[in-house]
Amino acid sequence: MRRRQLLAMAGAGALVPLASACSVGSIGGGSGDKTAVRMLVPVSGDGQTVYHEALAKAFMDANPDIQVNIETQPGGTEGDNLTKTKLSTGEMPEVFAYNSGSLLQALSPDTQLVDLSGEAWAKDLSKPFVATVSTANGMYGAPTGTTMGGGILYNRKVYEELGLTIPTTWEQFRDNNHKIKSAGKTAIIQTFGTDWTAQLFVLADFGNVMAQDPQWATEYTANKRKYAEQPALQGFLNQEQTAKDGFYNKDAASAQYDAGVKMLANGDGVHYPMHSGPLAALQQNYPDQVNDVGIFAIPAQDAKNTRLTLWLPGAFYIPKSATGEKLEAAKKLVAFSQSQQGCQILLEHGTVTGPFANQTCQLPSDVPTMVTDVDKYTSQDMALPALEFVSPVKGPGLPNITVEVGRGIRGGLEGAKLYDEDVKKQAQQLGLPGW
Amino acid sequence: MAVDVPTADPPVTRAVTPRRRWRRDRAYPLWFHAPAVILYVVLFLVPTGASFYFSMTRWTLFESQFIGFENFVQFFSEPMLVQGFVNTFIYGFVTSAAKVVIGLLLGLLLTGRMFGRNFLRSVIFFPVLVSTIGVGITFKVLLDPFHGLVNGVLGVVGIVGPGWLTDPQMALLTVAAVDVWKGLGIATLIYMAGIVAIPQEYFEAAKVDGASRMQNFRHITLPLLMPATTTVILLSLIGGLRSFDLIWAMTKGGPGFTSDVIASVIYKQYQAGFYGLSTAGNVVLFIVVSLIVIPMSIYFNRREVDR
Repeated sequence: MRRRQLLAMAGAGALVPLASACSVGSIGGGSGDKTAVRMLVPVSGDGQTVYHEALAKAFMDANPDIQVNIETQPGGTEGDNLTKTKLSTGEMPEVFAYNSGSLLQALSPDTQLVDLSGEAWAKDLSKPFVATVSTANGMYGAPTGTTMGGGILYNRKVYEELGLTIPTTWEQFRDNNHKIKSAGKTAIIQTFGTDWTAQLFVLADFGNVMAQDPQWATEYTANKRKYAEQPALQGFLNQEQTAKDGFYNKDAASAQYDAGVKMLANGDGVHYPMHSGPLAALQQNYPDQVNDVGIFAIPAQDAKNTRLTLWLPGAFYIPKSATGEKLEAAKKLVAFSQSQQGCQILLEHGTVTGPFANQTCQLPSDVPTMVTDVDKYTSQDMALPALEFVSPVKGPGLPNITVEVGRGIRGGLEGAKLYDEDVKKQAQQLGLPGW
Repeated sequence: MAVDVPTADPPVTRAVTPRRRWRRDRAYPLWFHAPAVILYVVLFLVPTGASFYFSMTRWTLFESQFIGFENFVQFFSEPMLVQGFVNTFIYGFVTSAAKVVIGLLLGLLLTGRMFGRNFLRSVIFFPVLVSTIGVGITFKVLLDPFHGLVNGVLGVVGIVGPGWLTDPQMALLTVAAVDVWKGLGIATLIYMAGIVAIPQEYFEAAKVDGASRMQNFRHITLPLLMPATTTVILLSLIGGLRSFDLIWAMTKGGPGFTSDVIASVIYKQYQAGFYGLSTAGNVVLFIVVSLIVIPMSIYFNRREVDR
């Protein structure tokens, strides 16, 4: 028996003796009865658990009877598979961080996750965020970060030097690009070596799409709107046109994301279609240039439709496999992350890329320019969520397709048509009506 | 029963039925097979059967819904599929042919009398020992069009190197070339073994008849190396048709979809969470590889017997 218990301990990955003493009981007399919960964090680089570690530490100080152990797994599509596997085998840690929006919908939240709509903090969440972590039957997530803005990151110093103004129509943007190009700098940075970065002309144009057709997302989910038709087609056409105009850096085909951030920081490149995600890298690697970089919305053809596109934060979720004491501890931990103290920890140890999704938290006054820029759009109601937060339909091929359009391998319209084909599989997999 | 030695049998046992005799003549009891059979069933037959079933479902890992052959219809209407198939065949045949030709030449060279032969043998074999992903990442760095060593060296002698992995026309062939570099050691090794095994008498007889070196090669070495050639072709073709790791490490099927092969198309579907669809793709790949390799194997084996 003892041996089996030991094996079970090893199998559960219970690394902390105190924690296992509690669940096994017969072995040794642990000092105190601690409940252990695990927290799973997807990471794609160094230092991405700093916030989670600080959160866990502060939480354990406040709740000495609970032990929080942090686990990590890769992010991206590899992480998507791991998440699904862990959920379906019942091995998911009691608290896990994951995307909101379309990726969450693919986890079958109604059958896999604990409904958190009754928690005290739930009423403080912003409406657009709640929509991204909810189904018809429940609300499942607590925000883990701040909102990101998506549009064009630009180097303000170069804008000043060349006397440029922030464009609000596509024509103005094109003029600026020509001026930058003739000044001998790279007008638009593209980093096709990291393929997801190629999508931003399409994804961050979505605010403009919704401004022209507020029903677009709902109709798209019902298979009644297509990317191969305007207004959504514009994003693909923009990618095609900027490539034909020769605005990209000459190593765009092989350049990686990090190189793109570097070009933007030192002003060799002036525009980078991106969301405010690079802020973390800027703060870490180019602290003196952080305030040289701002963001503006991708200009629509008509200035009245120009909107910033928002990326809502990911969230903490609790799987249904967490029960009893562990469930209570997990709920406490999630609630702690949404408290005033939780916000402070995020401000100190995380990267603040835009406004909070939880009204308990307030942005401090001394935030980087990029955050103020995003805040300007949101406070004037000139920002709308990205497609992945308002529709579960997202095809896996978009990075490759946009690389092809940007490289001139495929035309913009052709790329949009191909993407319409690509999303069909996702819609069918989700069992959406109308596909 | 099993330890009975046939010669010690009393005459009576001659009367036993053939079935009994079959049981008696075996040196070991049948259950000696059990471990192998269990492993084979659990690790091969069950997953294979399951994958045939799941290929007909829409499967989220949480639940599966039987949809008949819809996944196969979907898989064959995949826009990238045709290009994936074409690329798979190009990749398989190019790497296989190059390994045969270069492997044979190197085999001849390294079995002849030459300086530093043993050293060169290890040099040729060395890449086989390195992890494929490691090779892929290393070459990706070396072949970077702007900061890579290869184009840097070419630049010194005044040649502007191409975008090895970023030019849609070249990417697949570049990966194929790296695959050949990496897999050549095995092909060379097989050929060296084959060459060494050819009896010297043939060459002596040919010498008496006044055969030239070229005739020696054409009429003795080449035909007698047929088993080695068969092995090299089969191994490298199967490897080439299924190849995935090197392509994934170097281009991820890119730029865009231009170096996608069947295996990378399937992997992307799996990554996207289309578990049923990607399982259907694997069933198709399994059938396609079998359809190519089994007849080929039979054909080559027959030729060896005919020799």
